Amino acid sequence: MSASVTPGTETPMPAASEQPAAAVPALDTPSSIRRDRVKLLLRSPPFVVGVLILLFWVVMAIFGPLIVPYNADDTDLLNTLTPPAFDHLFGTDQFGRDIFSRVIVGSRDILIVAPLATLLGTVVGTILGLITGYARGITDDIISRIVDAFLALPLLIIAMLVITALGISNTTVIVVIGLSFGLIVGRTVRAAVLSERDLDYIAAANLRGEKPLYIMFVEILPNVMPPILVETTVRLGYAIFTVASLSFLGLGIQPPSPDWGLSISQNYGLIGGGFWWTVLFYALAIGSLVVGVNLTAEGVQSVLDA
Amino acid sequence: MRLYRAILYRLMLAVITLWLLSVIVFAGCQILPGDVGRAILGPFADARSVAALNHQLGVDRPLLVQYWSWITGMLHGNMGQSYTYRAPVAPFIGHALLNSLKLAGIAFVLVVPLGILGGVVAALRVNTWVDRTIVIAGLSATVVPEFVSGIVFIMVFSIWLRIFPLTATPPSHAGFFTTIYYLLMPSIPLFMILFGYIARMARAGMIEALTSDYTRTAVLKGLTYRQVIWRHVLRNALLPTITVIATQTGYLIGGLVVVETLFNYHGIGSLIFAAAKAKDFPMLAAGILVIGVVYVGANLIADLLYSALNPRISFGGRE
Repeated sequence: MSASVTPGTETPMPAASEQPAAAVPALDTPSSIRRDRVKLLLRSPPFVVGVLILLFWVVMAIFGPLIVPYNADDTDLLNTLTPPAFDHLFGTDQFGRDIFSRVIVGSRDILIVAPLATLLGTVVGTILGLITGYARGITDDIISRIVDAFLALPLLIIAMLVITALGISNTTVIVVIGLSFGLIVGRTVRAAVLSERDLDYIAAANLRGEKPLYIMFVEILPNVMPPILVETTVRLGYAIFTVASLSFLGLGIQPPSPDWGLSISQNYGLIGGGFWWTVLFYALAIGSLVVGVNLTAEGVQSVLDA
Repeated sequence: MRLYRAILYRLMLAVITLWLLSVIVFAGCQILPGDVGRAILGPFADARSVAALNHQLGVDRPLLVQYWSWITGMLHGNMGQSYTYRAPVAPFIGHALLNSLKLAGIAFVLVVPLGILGGVVAALRVNTWVDRTIVIAGLSATVVPEFVSGIVFIMVFSIWLRIFPLTATPPSHAGFFTTIYYLLMPSIPLFMILFGYIARMARAGMIEALTSDYTRTAVLKGLTYRQVIWRHVLRNALLPTITVIATQTGYLIGGLVVVETLFNYHGIGSLIFAAAKAKDFPMLAAGILVIGVVYVGANLIADLLYSALNPRISFGGRE
C-alpha cells in the first residue's frame, strides 16, 4: 500500500495538505467573498424590500421637487383642509398646501441631517474605538467611564439638553446626534479591536517597527470593517428616529421645511376635528422610511455576522 | 466574601458613573448656555437687568462654587429653585416621577410577559412563517418613533372608534381602574418600542439554549418535551433578557418625553421638555439627573440579579 494510490480517494496526509492549498485561494479571495455576500443579500426578501423603500425616498429627496404636482410651499386659501381627492391626492392642510407634494419633498431634510449625523458618528466612533481598544490601560479606563456616564442618558434627553443650551439648528442636531453615536459606535469598534490586537499579524507589524497609528488604521481597521458597517446601518435607523422625534418636539428641523415630524407637530391638533389626512400621510412616510432602513440594516447584519 | 467585594465594586462603578453624569449635566445646564440671564431674558434685554438676574440666580459665582453648592444640595434632597415657578424643584420632580412610573409600569407589565412569549414562540418555530412574522413585526414596531404610532392609535381608537380618551390624564380622584384605562393607550407606543427588543433577546437566548449540549442530553435521557423546555431551556434562555429589560429603561424614559407630550400627561418626560423650552435650567438639571439615577440604578440591579440567578457567571470580573 504505497501513498500513490488513486488520486481523489482517501489519500494519506501529504496529498491532503496540498489539495486544499490549491483549492482554497480560488474560493476565499476577498472579491469572491464579497460577491457571495451580495448574492446572499439579494436573496433575502426583507433586505430587498428595505433597499427598495430606501431608494424610493432617496430618489424623492433628490428629484421630488421636479415631479410633484404642486409647489410644496404654495398656499391656496380657497382650498384649505380639503379631504383627499383627485386633484389633491392626500388633501390640503390649513393653508391650502398640497399634502402629497409636501410628503414627497419633506423627505429631503431628514435624509440630509440623519445620514450626516450617522457619518459623523461612524468616523468619531471608529477613531475612538481604535484608540481605546489599541491603547487599553488607563486611557481606555478613563474614556470608557465617561462614555458610560453619557450613555446613562437617553439620546433624546442629551439632544434636548444640548439643543436647548446652544440653540436650534440643523448643524447642532447633526453634531449632537453624531457625537453621541460616536460613543456608541466606539464601544462596538473597541470590542472588535480588542479581539484583533493580540493576533499574529499585529505582532508581526510591531516587530517590523510600525508606528501605532499605522497599525491602527492600516492593519486593524480593514479587519474590523464588517462590524463598523453593521453598526452604521443600524445607527442610520436610530438617527432617522431621533431626528424625526426632535422635529416633532420642535427642536429639530425648523419651518418652513415640509419635514414630516415637523408637519405632524403642526397639524396634530387638527385630528380631533376629523382632518386626519393632515397627519396620517406624514406618519406613514416616517414609518415606511424607518422600517425600510431597518430591514436593510437587518439584512446587512445577518449576512456580515454569519 | 467574593460576592460582597463584587457588589462593592459594582457600587463603586455606579457612583463614579453618577458623579461624571452630574458633571455632564451641570456643564450642559450652566456652561453650554453661556450667559444664563441673557438666555432667559432674550437678546434685547438691558445689560444691567441681565447682570442683576445673574446675580440673583447666583450664576455669577465661580463655576466650581456653583457646582459644589448644586451637588451638595442634590445630595441633601434640595434640588434648587425653579426659574419658571419660583418654587422648589423637588416636589415637581417627585410628582412627575410618580406619574411616569405609573405609565411606564403599565407598559412594562404588558411588554415583559408578551415580549418573552413572542421570543419563545418564535424560537420554538424557528425559520417558519410564525418566526419570521414575529421577527419582522417586532423589528418594525421597535423602529417606528413613538409619536408616529401614537398618532395612528389616537386616530383609530380615540377619534374613529371612540374607545379610548384623547388624553392620558384621568379626572381627579379617579380610581385604580379608571387610571389604567386612561393610561392604556399611551402605554402602547412604549410597548411597541420595547416588544421587539425583548422578543429578540428571548428568541436568541432560546435558540442558543435549544441547540446546546445540555438540552440534547436532556432529550436523550428521555425527558418529555415539556420537561426539557421548562426545566432546562427556559431557565438558561431568559437570563440575558433580564439585562436587556434593564438597559431599555433608559430608552423608555426617552420615549416618555414624546409620549407624555403627545398625550398631554404630566410626567418626568414632559416636565423636562417644558423646562427645556422655558430654559428653566435648575428644573432641567434636576430632572435629567434623576433620570440618570433611575437608569444607573436599574442597570445595577439587573447586573446583580443576573449574577445572582446565574451561578456560572464569575462575579466581579471586568467585561
